[in-house]
Amino acid sequence: MYKFTISGSPHVKSDESTKKIMYGVVFAMIPAMLVSIYFFGFQAIRVLVLASIACIFFEWIIQKYLIKGPSTINDGSALVTGILLAFNVPSNLPSWMIIVGALVAIGMAKMSFGGLGRNIFNPALVARVFLLISFPVQMTSWPKPTGFSKGLTDVITGPTPLGIVKEGLGAGKTMSELRTETPSYVQYLVGQTGGSIGEVSAIALLLGGFYMLWKKIITWHIPVSMLGTVIIFTAILWGANPEHYADPAFHLLTGGMLLGAIFMATDMVSSPMTHGGQLVYGFGIGVLTILIRVWGAYPEGVSFAILIMNAVVPLINQGFKPKRFGIKPGIEIKS
Amino acid sequence: MGILKTFALGGVHPKENKLSANAAIEVLDPPKQAFIPLGQNLGAPSKPVVARGEEVKTGQLLAEASGFISTPIHSPVSGKVFKIDNILNASGYKQLGIIINVEGDEWMEDIDRSEDIVTNIDYSSEEIIDKIKKAGLVGMGGATFPTYVKLMPPPGTKAEYLIINGVECEPYLTSDHRMMLEKGREIVVGTQLLMKALKVDKAIIGIENNKPDAISHLTELVKNAEGISVQALKVQYPQGGEKQLIKATVNREVPSGKLPISVGCVVQNVGTAFAVYEAVQKNKPLFERVVTVTGKDVKKPSNFLVRIGTPVQQLIDAAEGLPESTAKIINGGPMMGKAISSTEVPIVKGSSGILIMKEEEAHRKTESACIRCSKCTYVCPMGLEPFLLSRVSRVGKFDIAEKEMIMDCIECGSCQYTCPANIPLLDYLRLGKNKTGAIIRSRGKTA
Repeated sequence: MYKFTISGSPHVKSDESTKKIMYGVVFAMIPAMLVSIYFFGFQAIRVLVLASIACIFFEWIIQKYLIKGPSTINDGSALVTGILLAFNVPSNLPSWMIIVGALVAIGMAKMSFGGLGRNIFNPALVARVFLLISFPVQMTSWPKPTGFSKGLTDVITGPTPLGIVKEGLGAGKTMSELRTETPSYVQYLVGQTGGSIGEVSAIALLLGGFYMLWKKIITWHIPVSMLGTVIIFTAILWGANPEHYADPAFHLLTGGMLLGAIFMATDMVSSPMTHGGQLVYGFGIGVLTILIRVWGAYPEGVSFAILIMNAVVPLINQGFKPKRFGIKPGIEIKS
Repeated sequence: MGILKTFALGGVHPKENKLSANAAIEVLDPPKQAFIPLGQNLGAPSKPVVARGEEVKTGQLLAEASGFISTPIHSPVSGKVFKIDNILNASGYKQLGIIINVEGDEWMEDIDRSEDIVTNIDYSSEEIIDKIKKAGLVGMGGATFPTYVKLMPPPGTKAEYLIINGVECEPYLTSDHRMMLEKGREIVVGTQLLMKALKVDKAIIGIENNKPDAISHLTELVKNAEGISVQALKVQYPQGGEKQLIKATVNREVPSGKLPISVGCVVQNVGTAFAVYEAVQKNKPLFERVVTVTGKDVKKPSNFLVRIGTPVQQLIDAAEGLPESTAKIINGGPMMGKAISSTEVPIVKGSSGILIMKEEEAHRKTESACIRCSKCTYVCPMGLEPFLLSRVSRVGKFDIAEKEMIMDCIECGSCQYTCPANIPLLDYLRLGKNKTGAIIRSRGKTA
């Protein structure tokens, strides 16, 4: 007599897995990693390796000794957080600060909520903001993109284009004067500019974004809504006074805008569940980013904007339901 | 062929694995002993009208309908009633059934056993419905809803379209596909009968594009049949779902909680259309059907014409035996079928296939944490949020489940199929539906 397995349907399963998604994200980040290594040399390798190992280590030790559950480091999510953390800091950040950042990302922002899938905020961004507030000097001294030509200790630092513009406008300079002090758009596209290691090259980030769209790891809704909002908002300001406000292309290509839109805001765990909600979420990030960049105390606002909108996600999920089958549009939104 | 239509929301595309698509339908001999469960339709079980020891002929009435949503059952074999006792059904429960010891194969005299295809329709709408009712027809796609009930639209509603379901979106299954190829003419006549019964002048046969031979064959056959058209559909699961098929073919959306007739549609399976032909034109009650026997290690994936009441084991033997690697047997397709515990389970009116899975395919993968990727929401053909419904069902918050429309779930399994964290979403959705449904019904009683 044979013994058969009994279970409920469905009896087949797609080959989707958490691991596949996470390593897909890692793969999508490779172009930006290579560009960062090209422009920031050994220092970029140091930051990337250290942040990744530290994040994986903290996840392993917390899971083993505090949560006392099976190891979760193989799912790839700690590695994603590690690389994103590295992407969000300058290449000359002291090693111990990177380790502190990793502990904040994994320990505070992820595992204290119960681990993967339960965190409200994007772990890498929580760590970045923690570091920015705790170590403002080190977190805003940006090495110039000199590649391997300089040694490990000999670094020339300078402000980012966003910092130059913020300070310059504050000192009464005009945009046409400031444009001569900042890199060209071509340099932004390839990544030859100061900034956090992963955010400098627009082309590398877009490559990763298209890969994730193709593999259906992300959908277009959040990046398009966020960047679209930024373009429209900054175009209005720029159109009103081009000497006092930077143009949309400048906003789009500088700072963490593309890194945020493609890799941070699209984080599955901390973004809304429906396409409608995702559009609203992207819109909110776009508006907040520009508000902070133009009128706030910080030159860059992407991290804050995403974290603030992360906090709104549960509310967005309540308000934005999918289009239900068999329900007329207009009454599908329930509180 | 025109533009390929499909339904609007969600959907997945599991590997088709139609291994038996080229296997012509083979007629299987009647079993030595037939096991005929009395509950073979959705609704009330039938009431036996034969006694132990009684001689019966093939096609003779064994049990009569016991309510409005109920159907009679006819003997699939000739022989002697051995006993009326509990038999194991596909759900793993013991259920009252009639067991017949088979002797020969003597059919009732009024059944037309000739090969001729009778195309003349001599009956009125009422006569057709009556014949369908007396022949014990149920939906052959698996839902087993009594066919005649669907042909009598409730007062205030009117049918406009008859939609014939030749989608067969379940992977592996090919019984409908083979029927369309080999019994196409009968299906067209059956469709005409159903149109007359419903008093509609438009019928659409929906077929997925992975069966181009069936599409071209039926397109050819309906050329002279007024009002019938064949619609090729883009391959997408669960297109065979009634509401999805209506959306795909006539672009109407059945409102939540309503029946297809509320948008003027009646959907019948191709197998049912064939059974209608036999019942009306040939006087033959429903006592046999086409069943696919398939699986990756099955030596001879086949499509068999089998008598109701034949034990599954006999079908497996005819497909050259149970493979060594067998770890799971499914009654139906891999997306919605039920795993069975024994090969003694009999074929019933709703059995469309027997799928034999090997060890590597038989087990679920280990569940991990939900990463809130929303893929379950994107693929849900009803626009629900399976992650949310399963979570509230797990913790017993059925009020939220009801508000979030859990009762609209069609249990297609697309969410669980796609979940990267291998969460058994449909298990919890079924639990939630069951409990929520009970709460809704009890509210109706006290109100």
